[in-house]
Amino acid sequence: MAEITLLESIRTGLDEMMAIDDRVFVFGEDVGKRGGVFRVTEGLYEKYGPMRIIDSPLAESVIVGACIGASVNDTLPVAEIQFADFIHPSFNQIVSEAARIRYRSNGDWSVPMVIRAPYGGGIHGALYHSQSIEAIFCHIPGLKVVAPATPYDAKGLLKASIEDPDPVLFLEHKKCYRLIKGPIPEEDYRLPIGKADVKRSGSDLTVIAYGLMMHYSLEAAKQLEQEGIDAEIIDLRTLRPLDVDAILASVTKTSKVLIVHEDNLTGGLGGEISAIISEHAFEHLDGPIRRVCGPDVPAMPYAKTLEEVFLPSVEQITDAMRELAAY
Amino acid sequence: MTTTANSQPLAVSAVQSVDATTMLEMYRLMRLARALDERMWLLNRAGKTPFVISCQGHEAAQVGAVFALQRGKDFLLPYYRGLAAVLTMGMTSREVMLASLARANDPNSGGRQMPAHYSKRDLKIVTQSSVVGTQIPHASGIGLAEKIKGGDAVAWTSFGEGTTSQGDFHEALNLAGVHKLPVIFQCENNDYAISVPMNQQMAIESVADRASAYGIRGIKVDGTDVLATYAATQQAVDLARKGEGPTLLEAKCIRLTAHSSDDNDRTYRPADEIKQLRDHDPIARFQVFLRSEGILTDTNERELTERITSEVNDATTFAEQSPLPDPATLLDQVYAE
Repeated sequence: MAEITLLESIRTGLDEMMAIDDRVFVFGEDVGKRGGVFRVTEGLYEKYGPMRIIDSPLAESVIVGACIGASVNDTLPVAEIQFADFIHPSFNQIVSEAARIRYRSNGDWSVPMVIRAPYGGGIHGALYHSQSIEAIFCHIPGLKVVAPATPYDAKGLLKASIEDPDPVLFLEHKKCYRLIKGPIPEEDYRLPIGKADVKRSGSDLTVIAYGLMMHYSLEAAKQLEQEGIDAEIIDLRTLRPLDVDAILASVTKTSKVLIVHEDNLTGGLGGEISAIISEHAFEHLDGPIRRVCGPDVPAMPYAKTLEEVFLPSVEQITDAMRELAAY
Repeated sequence: MTTTANSQPLAVSAVQSVDATTMLEMYRLMRLARALDERMWLLNRAGKTPFVISCQGHEAAQVGAVFALQRGKDFLLPYYRGLAAVLTMGMTSREVMLASLARANDPNSGGRQMPAHYSKRDLKIVTQSSVVGTQIPHASGIGLAEKIKGGDAVAWTSFGEGTTSQGDFHEALNLAGVHKLPVIFQCENNDYAISVPMNQQMAIESVADRASAYGIRGIKVDGTDVLATYAATQQAVDLARKGEGPTLLEAKCIRLTAHSSDDNDRTYRPADEIKQLRDHDPIARFQVFLRSEGILTDTNERELTERITSEVNDATTFAEQSPLPDPATLLDQVYAE
C-alpha cells in the first residue's frame, strides 16, 4: 500500500468523491487556482473547473450560509474554512441554521454538507492560526464533529462525511497535515462516523485522545513500554457523537484513564468523557480520571517558548501515564 | 413617520397583462391572509396561542411578488411576516392554523417553532429561524447550486429593512452579485424594526440604493400596490432566469399592527400614525381599484367574504381539534433516523 500524508489523503478523498458525484463541490477562500493555503485542493480546480472548485468571497458566514442553501437545492457542498480560528463569524450559520434545520422542520428539510477546517497548533500560528475549536461545536446537537488523526482514517471519514445526510464539521490538524504519513489501500472504502479506534492495545491504562495528541500519546506509550507499562490508546476519530461503547470497553479493561487534548482544559471534551466514565463505569475505576490538556488561556501564543509550554508534550503525557499506572 | 411611497393611496398600477381572474385571485389571497392574521390575534387574546407576528400591511408586496414565481419550481425563503407569501405559494389555511396552535401535524415544524416560521419542502418553502437575515445567504446558496446544475429556478427571499443592517445581508448580496445568481432579494420596508425607525437604522433614504454597492439592480416599488409589485418582480424573475443576475427589490410597506403580540407600539409610535396608515391599506386600495374596474361587485365580494370566513373557521376548528405533539417525540429529528 502506498504511503501518503494526511493532507494528500484528504485531497484524494475529495477528488474521488467529486469524480463519482457531480453534486459535490468545494466552496472556500483561495481553494481555486491557489489550491487552498495548505494546498489541500491543489489540482482540483484544473480538473473540475471554476463551477465546482469555487473561490468564495472573504466572508465566512456566507461560506457556510450559501452551502446550507446549496445543500437544500440538491447539491453536496464541502465548505472550507481556511483556519478553524476563522470559523467564528460563521458560528450563527452553523449553530442556529445548519445544526437545527432538520429539527426545526421536524425532519422535512436537512443539510447534507461538510465544513472542513484546519485546526490545532504547534505551527507558529499564534492566537488566530492555532485554535482548537472542537469543544464549542461538540456542545451542539444536530452537528457531527470528526477529527481524524491518520491518512487512512481521514480519507475514509471524509467520504462518509460527504455522504452523511447531516452537517459534519471535519477537523484537520495542521501539524499532522505533512507530519503524519500512512498507508492507504487502493480500493474504495468508507469509515463510519461515531466509531473510535484502538490504535494500541494495552492492559495497564487507557489514554483517550484525538488528532496530534493521539500521536503524542502513541509516542508516550512506546517509551513506557520499556518501563513495563502497557497502555491502550483510543483514537476517538469522531468527537460528536462520542463512541461511548469503545470508551467504556477500554476503561472496563484497564481501570485507569488519561484523557489528552490540546483544546483548553475547562469545558473541553475531557470533562464530558470523564462524566460518561463516572456515570457508567465508576465501579471499574482503580484511580482518578486524569487530564492533560491545553491550559486555560485564550489561545496559543506566538513566541516559541510560550507555544511550547501551551502544547501538551510527549513528556507531560508520559509523566501523567506513569503516575496513573503507579496509582 | 417616513412613509412616502404611498402618496396616492387609492391608485393601483394598472397592468395590461394581468387578467380579471388573476386579479380576483390576488385579491382573494390578500383578504385570506388578513382574515387568518386577524383570527390569530383573536386566538392570542383568547389565550389559545402565546404568540402572533403579523403580515398586516404587507399583503400586496407578498402576493404581488410571489405571483411572479413558479410554484413547485422556485424557492421561497420568507421571513416571519410572510403569511401572504406562503399562502400564494400554496400553503393552506389549515396548515397556517396548525402552526399557530403548535399542533403535531403542522407541516411547518410540527409545533416546534414559534408561529410564522413557515416551511414546507414540497412547496419549496425553506425553513427559517428567528435570527434575522440568516435566510439571505441560503437564498444565494440556492442560486449558486442552481447555477452549478445549469437550471433556471430562482430563489426569492424576504426580510425587513432593519435586517439590511446585518452582515449576512451584505455577504449574501455580494456573493450573488459576483456570480450573477438567480435571486430576488425582497426588502419589505415598513419603517420600523420593532421600535427603531429607519433613520436610526441607516443613513440612506432607500434600501434599494444599497444595490449599487454589489453591482446589482436595486428597484423601489410601492409595496401597497399589488400590481406594481407583481410587475417589478416579474421583470426581476425574467432577468434572473436568463442568467442576468439578482435584484434587490425594496417594497415600501406599512405595518398595521405592533411588531408582535408581545409588543406595545403605542410606546414609540405617534398616536395618529396607524390611523393615517389605514388610508394606505393595500387591501382597501386594491378593492377600490377592482370596483372601479367593475371586476369586483357587491355580489362577488359578498361571496368571497363568506368563503374566506368559512375557510378561516374550518382551519381554526381543524387545528383546535388536532393533537398537540406527543412528548415522546422531543428527541426525534436531531439527526437522520
